[in-house]
Amino acid sequence: MSNETLLMQNGAAALKPGYADHAADALRGLRQAGDAVDFQVEHHHDVASTIQLGFWIYLMSDCLLFSGLFATYAVLHGHTAGGPSGAQLFDLPSVLTETMFLLFSSFTCGLATLAMNANNRNATVGWLGVTFLLGAGFVTMEVREFAHMVAIGAGPSHSAFLSSFFTLVATHGLHVTCGLIFMIVMMVAVLRKGLTETNRARLNCLSLFWHFLDIIWVGVFSLVYLFGVAH
Amino acid sequence: MNVANEALAGHGPHGAHGAHGSGHGPSQKQYIIGFVLAILLTAVPFALVMGHSGIGTGVLIAAFAVAQIVVHVVYFLHVNSSQEQRWNLTALLYTVLMVGIIMIGSLWIMHHLYSTMTPGAMHHMVWSAKH
Amino acid sequence: MFGKLTLSAIPFNIPIVMGAVAFMVLCVIGVLAAITYLGKWKYLWTEWLTSVDHKKIGIMYMILAFIMLLRGFADAIMMRSQQALSYGSNMGYLPPQHFDQVFSAHGTIMIFFMAMPFIIGLMNCILPLQIGARDVAFPLLNNFSFWLTAAGAVLVNVSLAIGNFSRAGWLAYPPLSELHFSPGVGVDYYIWALQISGIGTTLTGVNFIATILKMRAPGMSMMRMPVFVWASLCASVLIVVAFPILTVTLGLLTMDRYLGMHFFTNSLGGDPMMYINLIWIWGHPEVYILILPLFGVFSEIVPTFSGKPLFGYASMVYATMAIAVLSMLVWLHHFFTMGAGPAVNAFYGITTMIIAVPTGVKIFNWIFTMYRGRVRFDTPMLWTLGFLITFTIGGMTGVLLAEPPADFVLHNSLFLIAHFHNVIIGGVVFGVFAGVSYWFPKITGFHLHEGLGKLAFWFWFVGFYVAFMPLYALGLMGATRRMDHYNVAAWHPLFIIAAVGAGIIALGIGTQVLQLVVSFMQREKLRDTTGDPWNGRTLEWSLPSPAPAYNFARIPIVRERDAYWDMKKRGVDLKGSTFVPIHMPRNKATGFIMAGCMFVTGFALVWQIWWLVIAGFAATVATLIRHAFDDDRDYHIGADEVRKSEALYDRVKAGSV
Repeated sequence: MSNETLLMQNGAAALKPGYADHAADALRGLRQAGDAVDFQVEHHHDVASTIQLGFWIYLMSDCLLFSGLFATYAVLHGHTAGGPSGAQLFDLPSVLTETMFLLFSSFTCGLATLAMNANNRNATVGWLGVTFLLGAGFVTMEVREFAHMVAIGAGPSHSAFLSSFFTLVATHGLHVTCGLIFMIVMMVAVLRKGLTETNRARLNCLSLFWHFLDIIWVGVFSLVYLFGVAH
Repeated sequence: MNVANEALAGHGPHGAHGAHGSGHGPSQKQYIIGFVLAILLTAVPFALVMGHSGIGTGVLIAAFAVAQIVVHVVYFLHVNSSQEQRWNLTALLYTVLMVGIIMIGSLWIMHHLYSTMTPGAMHHMVWSAKH
Repeated sequence: MFGKLTLSAIPFNIPIVMGAVAFMVLCVIGVLAAITYLGKWKYLWTEWLTSVDHKKIGIMYMILAFIMLLRGFADAIMMRSQQALSYGSNMGYLPPQHFDQVFSAHGTIMIFFMAMPFIIGLMNCILPLQIGARDVAFPLLNNFSFWLTAAGAVLVNVSLAIGNFSRAGWLAYPPLSELHFSPGVGVDYYIWALQISGIGTTLTGVNFIATILKMRAPGMSMMRMPVFVWASLCASVLIVVAFPILTVTLGLLTMDRYLGMHFFTNSLGGDPMMYINLIWIWGHPEVYILILPLFGVFSEIVPTFSGKPLFGYASMVYATMAIAVLSMLVWLHHFFTMGAGPAVNAFYGITTMIIAVPTGVKIFNWIFTMYRGRVRFDTPMLWTLGFLITFTIGGMTGVLLAEPPADFVLHNSLFLIAHFHNVIIGGVVFGVFAGVSYWFPKITGFHLHEGLGKLAFWFWFVGFYVAFMPLYALGLMGATRRMDHYNVAAWHPLFIIAAVGAGIIALGIGTQVLQLVVSFMQREKLRDTTGDPWNGRTLEWSLPSPAPAYNFARIPIVRERDAYWDMKKRGVDLKGSTFVPIHMPRNKATGFIMAGCMFVTGFALVWQIWWLVIAGFAATVATLIRHAFDDDRDYHIGADEVRKSEALYDRVKAGSV
């Protein structure tokens, strides 16, 4: 049996570039092929999983970004400068509604992912559309909350507490808005070209992003709204 | 001939592998369980605060938040200790560590700065009392 | 229509500035004229500006860095000469307002637009080669990152001609950097230059981590990676962790300045101390981001030029990883004197002392590597030896400053300035020069002139000590930093000596410029014909010099640490016979255009030309979305073309150990 054939049988599957965690397997395969293999001529690396890891690392950087905002809020939330505090401003039933919008949208985003995995193009776009509407509902409620606070003289320039509240929550809201734009682009892309490899990889990124934003929101409603009212 | 030292071990990109979600892929059940748990973990702290229960709520709020975040990470983001998720999990744990260091460190430092560097320990309360 | 921008923004009445601007403009015009005369616009655009090749992007980073080194060094010469003159009745030639801009620009440029681009450039060039990859994980993102950095650099330099730069130091502490005390555009230029380039840096961190984790050659497990790769990985992790904090902190300052918020103001609950806390949460990891890759460079150079494997590979790796965690636990040592009290100060003082330990481990590992080796003193090794001595001294003064009681005396004195220049010049700058002289043949195909290289080293080495040892003395004598004038007679001679030192360094830089010109002119004589001029140990030396666009025609299968040394020991034949088409990413203008739009947006934000801000940002997003629908992303290099390309290189067969 030629080295090549041996290699094809034993070494090929194990020679996954980059999956060097499988180094032991790779070497076993190589030894079986006759120890003489020093180069891999045809080479592909797992593009989809690299994209997913890269996006995940970016999300970790975004976590750090929010942690800076959370730390600032935690330090400055008591600095109301004689102005209104959270307990006086926050409307918890409205926040609960917003939270439900976002949580439901996370679920429908999951359904879109399932539809994608099941190769159902229309269902994917459909669930993305529902997710978009729920997300837009969240943003709308948040904008209205901000407008109200500004109208009653509790805008971000009135105290350090208000500055840090507005900046933290609005940064999250801006991220959500970017997610909505991303969603529109993906819906158009999927409608035009179908569930290609590229679109799938991007949809995975979108859903990672969307779920991550819901996680940040859990932090926001707990630390800012619930904690603010309870204390 | 150098055929012997080369592996024509080309194999197609495992693009499908990653894109379809780690081979077996997430199931609808996972999303439903996660969703229901998340709703519960949201409703309870809201109820506690809106009902003015006052029972050590700060710690409870934090606990529910952490629990719900874990639910999201496990059921929606599908992070687990499998081979495919290894780097994601490592990155996540490292990030959590960093976030903890930054938050705890900042709070500790700023608290001490306030008690030493501001005229009177409760500076902000003095301010609001004046207005 | 033009926001705050008027013709009076150009400082016609300040001759020094106008002279500098005129010089800058002449240089730019000269370069543009030369390109036009040589008919190279199309070549420049298609082969370089839109390139997604990590090697070319790395070179562009390093060109940017070298130019900014000249600009930052000019600022240094100005400060040294001012301080050598301005004793007693002599006020020097720089009025305080101008001097403040000079030291602010000096620090900002040297850290963000000299050191970082040099390091990222080196990592870009070498990292994929060392792991047996054909490029980084996200080549177009790489291009975009470079142009974002360039956009930031241009913004800083534009501030010289239109408006003014920040006067608040390289970290822009409030309340000085707040609108009330800095009402002009200087701090805004600073903010937007850093925010724009900061995004580029963060994306590079993401890119490199994905590359290292996912694109290593088969058989290259983590513990078989070269130490330079480990160092790049840890530095990239620190980038991803720390730079978002910089983004937030500058963002909050922006909220204060632009939207009247109260994060760091003196009123309505704002707290300047929180800025200092946050900025140093970024600032300390930043210095480790700067040094770790250079530690990696030294870990490559020392074994190669000692003819021995690196001593203590595992401890080197663990030390690097330890630094990646510990560097997030020491930041308060930058503001011991802000008053957090003994408990807090003691904790951070102890962690600071602890973090010196892993670095000490590395120093010993390098020394033990050289012990009983056959050390060759080529230029890269000279820089390394210079580093070992200089960085150790700087590290020791750092541990001294880590003691809060000592720091209370020395904080913000010239002792501090001497310390950080000691470690940055001794570590980062010497390391960059070591790495450049080591890898220059691999990237360009010809050596740097050795004689001029050695001369440059000696100028730098001697010049550094003459310039900075007096500053240690001055600090101990009570001299504070950032002074444009002083009245203490005893300080004057020391400032003069320091200025002489700066002059010697200037000779070093001049020699390096000469070296570049001479090397280019003599490139045929200096050509690297084997691809392995130093008898190297890692995979990049298995490639021809310069490396072909696709790097590896066939991906090496790695069996040991020091993969290429292992290949040489086993007598692996580098000449291939079977070739397949190679998949390559296509060059794209997207990164250049998006960064250009961000530059315009940044400039518009500085001058508050709101319609242009919206237009610029919208154009950026539109370009991105348009790119998302672009399917023409790649092409293949045919097998025959690869075969021909490989045959061109008459390389020595692996086996000459």
